[in-house]
Amino acid sequence: MTGPPLLAIDDLTVEFDTFDGVYKALDGVSFSLARGESLGIVGETGCGKSVTAKSILGLVPSPPGRTRTGRILFEGENLLEDAADRVRDIRGTDIAMIFQDPMTYLNPVFTVGQQLVDVIRAQQRHRPARERMSRAETRALAIDMLDRVHLPNPERQFHAYPHQLSGGMRQRVLIAQALSGRPKVLVADEPTTALDVTIQAQILSLIKELIESFRLSVILISHDLGVVATVCDRIVVMYAGQVVEDASVAEIFDNPLHPYTRGLLAAVPHPGLPVSSLSGIAGTLPNLLDPPAGCRFQARCPLATDSCLRKPPLEAVGPAHSVACWHREAAPDA
Amino acid sequence: MLEVRDLRVQFDISRRGRGKTIVRAVNAVSLTLAQGEALGLVGESGSGKSTVGKAILQLVSSSAGSIHVGGEDMTRPDRQQENRLRRMAQMVFQDPHSSLNPRMTIMRSVAEPMILHTPLRGTALRARVAELLEIVGLPRHFLFRYPHELSGGQKQRVCIARAIALDPELLILDEPTSALDVSVQAQILEFLRTLQEQRGLSYLFISHNLAVVRHICNRVAVMYLGGIVEEGPTEAVFREPQHPYTRALLRAVPLPQAVQPDAGQPLSGDIPSPTDLPRGCSFSSRCPEARAGLCDVRTPDEVERGPGHRARCHLLSLQDP
Repeated sequence: MTGPPLLAIDDLTVEFDTFDGVYKALDGVSFSLARGESLGIVGETGCGKSVTAKSILGLVPSPPGRTRTGRILFEGENLLEDAADRVRDIRGTDIAMIFQDPMTYLNPVFTVGQQLVDVIRAQQRHRPARERMSRAETRALAIDMLDRVHLPNPERQFHAYPHQLSGGMRQRVLIAQALSGRPKVLVADEPTTALDVTIQAQILSLIKELIESFRLSVILISHDLGVVATVCDRIVVMYAGQVVEDASVAEIFDNPLHPYTRGLLAAVPHPGLPVSSLSGIAGTLPNLLDPPAGCRFQARCPLATDSCLRKPPLEAVGPAHSVACWHREAAPDA
Repeated sequence: MLEVRDLRVQFDISRRGRGKTIVRAVNAVSLTLAQGEALGLVGESGSGKSTVGKAILQLVSSSAGSIHVGGEDMTRPDRQQENRLRRMAQMVFQDPHSSLNPRMTIMRSVAEPMILHTPLRGTALRARVAELLEIVGLPRHFLFRYPHELSGGQKQRVCIARAIALDPELLILDEPTSALDVSVQAQILEFLRTLQEQRGLSYLFISHNLAVVRHICNRVAVMYLGGIVEEGPTEAVFREPQHPYTRALLRAVPLPQAVQPDAGQPLSGDIPSPTDLPRGCSFSSRCPEARAGLCDVRTPDEVERGPGHRARCHLLSLQDP
């Protein structure tokens, strides 16, 4: 992987104003996405994975949200400095997003075909009139997109309303919408969390197929390590608004270095193995209105010492493996 | 401890002018649960697993079949029987937040079943609640906290404390860890295992998460569209799944490991609506191995595949007579 990354997040710090004080959602998050790569972001509730995704597309409401520091570079262009118009052009055409609950993102009173056509037309609004697609071409593209996400009977489903489709089918429609602008990057925020496992398997296999056929670069956000391992090449582990580890899938599972990553792996029951005892991570997430200085995992970390009061940098420890922990040398080998 | 025979639960959702619409949520489910055993009930949404749990505790009424709890017929209990039922069997729900009254202190919520069922009052009652909190691993000063001051895992512990307040013999756990993060889920699961060992409780553990069930239960029943398609000792079912649906379900779970086995083609199609069940085997409309003229016509019988390991599939009876 040579050349500059397609998308780079650099030292992103995002805060929210609340009645109780300032909620420090992200603290210096950095990672990058190479062209053609699938990157997974995993973490538990409140780790900031969704805020990170929404920041990329400028979807964090402001106020109350506020970006204190950081840059989001897309093909070298800082999206945080761009005018709102420019960001709106990139969103949906160069970078597209799909969400957890497909019903919330479809309008119940319009047919899925109409909503797909609207999206395609919106993507073309800046072209001169004669370069825009005709009505018939737009419709043909919409039906073709529904076909490519394997919605059965696309001609007929074009006229269906969202409530007539199952959860899995709705997610397919959202994927069709997202990909209709031929984006370079697809950000998927918990795309299968609301679905049953057999349907989840269908959608994951669809996403993998589309990565190939649309030559997508993907950021997949999930709390499920299994889901991320199925689709992604690399995993970023987040905890309480900080990136704690960034490594290839093989390294994360076979050589986890951060105590949080190890804790997370020890807590997941494995469906393919007989019973062994699980260990939870004692304690709870720190209050992000008043987070501890330095490493935010220190209160729950078995290795924590005074040095953890300073924030550990995310340092490369090998090819395709970085970790943010002062004690990684001391960590016993897995 | 628990014996359910041919349980059926139907909901009539007919609307005027639209003809009769009946949801067949549970169809002829039979299961038994011995003292100290943990039976997992797994399935996807709409499989009827939660309805089975609720029917046992009379939270929904059954249309046919019989339910025996602790040897007593609890199919249509009268008031006194229902009182006894509630002392013997209790339930823990998925979302601990919505199962605790936000205006009651933890003390009051946990004390509620004892106020209703026992003469315990005053300091004795408070001592008992404090003891229960200790059992579930919560500090005593939580007594006068309100639910919003607790985290999800702590609230679920409170719900468990309330459920074991009357020393029941059977706990019905309906997706008790689905709303929790994995690091907290692991704590609750380990706690539930110790609790069972210490008190000889029986668990009916309802979940969509196969890994969690494998971890907690010694027997599993797999449900699809209101019926049990396979049942057996946990290890046997996970190692040698007999029913095509069980196999598909196990293959569909993404594994938390670096190298994914080749899962093959995922199961196609959606779960049919329980208002309009397929003819014959309920899985026939999605089954990759279904045989036309057999699976979509006749309901399969139960076939014994090992000690206590049974499945309902025509192909199994064809294989070896």
